[in-house]
Amino acid sequence: MISFSPTEEQQMIVSMVKQFASDEIRKIYRECDESSEIPDSVVDTAWRMGLISNNIPEEYGGFGGEHSAITGSLIAEELAWGDLSMAIHILCPALFSYPILEMGTDTQRKKYLPLFCDEQYKVATAALIEPHFGFDPCSLSTIAQLEGNEYVLNGEKCYVPLATEADFLLVYAAENSNSQGFIIEKDTKGLEISERENNMGIKALATYELSLKNCRVPKENRLGGPDGCDFHRILNCSRVALSAMAVGVAKAAFEYSRDYAKERVAFGEPIASRQTIAFMLAEMAIEIDATRLMTWEAAWKLDREEEATKEASLVKGYADDMAIMVTDRAVQILGGHGYVREHPVELWLRNGRGFVTFDGMAIV
Amino acid sequence: MIDFELTPEQQEAIKIAHEFSKEQFRPVSRYYDEHEHESPQELIDKTWEKRYEGTLALGLDVTAALRIEELCWGDAGLFLCIPGPALGGAAVFSSGTKEQLGRFLGSFNEGGPKWGAMAMTEPHAGSDTAAISATAVRDGDEWVLNGEKIFVTMGKRALEDSDGFVVVWATVDKSAGRAGMKSFVVLAGTPGMRIEKLEKKLGIRASDTATIVFDNCRIPFDNILGSPEVKKTETKGFRGAMATFDATRPIIAAQAIGVGRAALDFVKETLENKGIRIRYGTPRQKLTALERDIMEMEANYEAAKLLTLRALWMMSQAQPNSLESSMAKTKAGLAVTKITQKAVEIMGPLGYSRKHLLEKWMRDGKINDIFEGTGQINMLVTARRVLNYSRDQLK
Repeated sequence: MISFSPTEEQQMIVSMVKQFASDEIRKIYRECDESSEIPDSVVDTAWRMGLISNNIPEEYGGFGGEHSAITGSLIAEELAWGDLSMAIHILCPALFSYPILEMGTDTQRKKYLPLFCDEQYKVATAALIEPHFGFDPCSLSTIAQLEGNEYVLNGEKCYVPLATEADFLLVYAAENSNSQGFIIEKDTKGLEISERENNMGIKALATYELSLKNCRVPKENRLGGPDGCDFHRILNCSRVALSAMAVGVAKAAFEYSRDYAKERVAFGEPIASRQTIAFMLAEMAIEIDATRLMTWEAAWKLDREEEATKEASLVKGYADDMAIMVTDRAVQILGGHGYVREHPVELWLRNGRGFVTFDGMAIV
Repeated sequence: MIDFELTPEQQEAIKIAHEFSKEQFRPVSRYYDEHEHESPQELIDKTWEKRYEGTLALGLDVTAALRIEELCWGDAGLFLCIPGPALGGAAVFSSGTKEQLGRFLGSFNEGGPKWGAMAMTEPHAGSDTAAISATAVRDGDEWVLNGEKIFVTMGKRALEDSDGFVVVWATVDKSAGRAGMKSFVVLAGTPGMRIEKLEKKLGIRASDTATIVFDNCRIPFDNILGSPEVKKTETKGFRGAMATFDATRPIIAAQAIGVGRAALDFVKETLENKGIRIRYGTPRQKLTALERDIMEMEANYEAAKLLTLRALWMMSQAQPNSLESSMAKTKAGLAVTKITQKAVEIMGPLGYSRKHLLEKWMRDGKINDIFEGTGQINMLVTARRVLNYSRDQLK
C-alpha cells in the first residue's frame, strides 16, 4: 500500500546520521574543502555508526540487518546534506562491499565481507568512469581478457575515490563487450595510480586516475565468478545513491539561501518577501521533494529486485538537473555574497555541478 | 514503510476506470469537443447507473487520484461531466457539520444524476478570493444572497439540469475582511438564482463553466457551512475555503497527470510503431534530442504524480498537507502544460491536426494550470509555506 513514511528503524538511523552530519560534518566541511583533506577522526566516527556493517550478515561478522536501497538513500541524503566529499568518502567501502554482498561468490563473500565488519574503517573502492569523451558505463574502453587462469586488464580510469589508500579495488571492464567487475588488490603489478585529481568540486575527497597495463588477476577475482555480476543493477544502485546525494546537497543549498533571503533586507524588506526570490525558493523546494520521491520509488524497485533501469536513470537525470538548478539559484539569491567563499553556497554549486559527471561513485 | 505498491483494490479500480475511459470517453472525445455545451447524455446515464459499483465513485484519497488519472487520460472534459458532488462536495466535506453532510450528500445518490459545484470566483476577484463581494445578509431564519459568480465548473448541470447544489462563498460582513467570508449551500431550484451565461473555452469543452447570478436569493439559515458568527480575529470561514483547497488541489493535479499521460502515451506509441526505442540508461551525450525530450516528459510526469499521491496520502493520515498539495498542484499544472506542448511539437503535423486528439489534450491540459488556483497562486502558497510567511509578509 502506498506510503511515504520511513519505518521506525529507518527514522532512527536517519536521525542519528542527521545528528552526525550536523554536529561533525558541518563543523569542518568548509575547512576540508579548502585544505583538500578529510580528518580520519570524522571518518572513524562515521564508521562506528555501522552504516555498512549493519547490512552484512552475521555469519561474516556484520549486524545482519536488511540491506535496503531505501535505507541507503535516506542515509546518503543526510550525509550529503552534511558534505558531499565526506559522504562519498564515508560510504566509499560500500562501492566494493555491496556488490560483493549482493553478487559475490561464496568465496568472495567469505574472504572480503568480514574485513568491513571491523571497528576500523576499511578502505576499498571501485573504478568505473574513464577519462575520455563519450564515456559510457555499458560500453567500457577498459578491457578484460581471459588468458588461461587469469584475466588481463588494460585501460584507464578516473574519479576513483581513495584509490591510493584502498586495499581492494573493484574495477569495471568490458569482457566481450559486457561490463563486468574485477577485484584487484593493491600493489598488483600493472595497476598504476596517478597523482591525485584536481576537480572543480568535491575537493576534500581524494580521487585518482589510474591505469591498468596488462594487469593480471586470478580468474576467481571476477565479481560473481563464472556467473558474473548484474552490472545494470550495480549501475542502478549507484544512480539511486547519487540521486539521493543530489537531494542532500540541494537541500543544504536551499535551506541556506532560504534563511539568508529572510534576513537580507533590501528596499526596506527581506528579499524573501519579493516574489522573484520567493518563487525561486518555492520551485527549489518542489523539485527537491519531487526528486526525493522519485529516488525512493527507484530504490523501492531495487529492494524488490525488480528491473529498475528506467526509474533509476530517469531520476538520476532529473536529479542532475535539479542539483544544478537549486545550487545555482542558491548562489544567485545571495548575489555577490554567494560568490565569495565566506558563504558555502559556491561550494554547493561546485559540488552540485558534479552529479552529471558522477557515475558509480556511490552505491546503495 | 515507504511503499509504492498498489493494493489489489487500487489495481482493480485503475483497470476498470481505464477500460471505461477508453471505451466510453475516447470514441466521443472529439465530438463533444466540437459540440460545446451539448450534453453527453448517454455517458451521463451510464456513469450514473454505475454509481453504486463504487468503481467510478470519486473521493479525495490516493485511490481516487489513481482513478481520476485514468478517467482524464480518456477525456478531461467528459470526466468533469460525471455526475457527483465534486468540488461542492469537497467543500461540504471539509467545513460542514455531520448533520449538513447527511442533509446535502446523504441522498445524493438517489433519483436522477446530480452534480455539485463550487462558486468562488467573481468578475473582479479571481485568485484574490478574499476580495469577493457577493453578500449574504441574515433575515430571520434565512440568508439573502446577492452577487455574481463566474467560472463555476458544472454550474449549469448542478443547478439547471439536476437537483444538485452549489457552494457559494459570500461575505456576511465586508468590514470584517476575511473573517466575514462564509460558504453557503444553495440547492437547485432556489428562487432568485439564475444561470446567466456559459463560457466558450479553449478546452474541456464538454464541461460547462457557468456564470451564476444571485438576486435576493433566499436560503435556509442552517445552509451556512461552519459558524455564522464573525469574530474579527478569526478567519475560520476563510480557512474553511483554504482547507477545501488542500483537499481539491491534489485532485486537480491528478486530472492534469491523466491528460499528460495521454499525450505521453500517444507519443511513445507512435515512436514504438516507427521502431524508435527510448534507450534508458544511456549517457546523456549519446542520447538523441528526441530521447532527451521523452525522458524529461516522463520524469516530469512521475515527479508530478508522486507529489500528488504524497499530498493525498498525508491527508488520509490526517497530516496537514497545505504545503504538499500546493506543491503537487503547481508541479502538475506545469508538467501537463510542458508535456502536452512538447508532445505537439514532437509529433509535428500529427500534433497540430485535429485528426488526432493530441492538440485537444494540449488545450484541455492547460486548465489544470489555471483552475483551483493558477500555477502562480499555488507557487505563492508554496512559497509562503516554505518561508513560513503570512500573506502580509509575502504578497
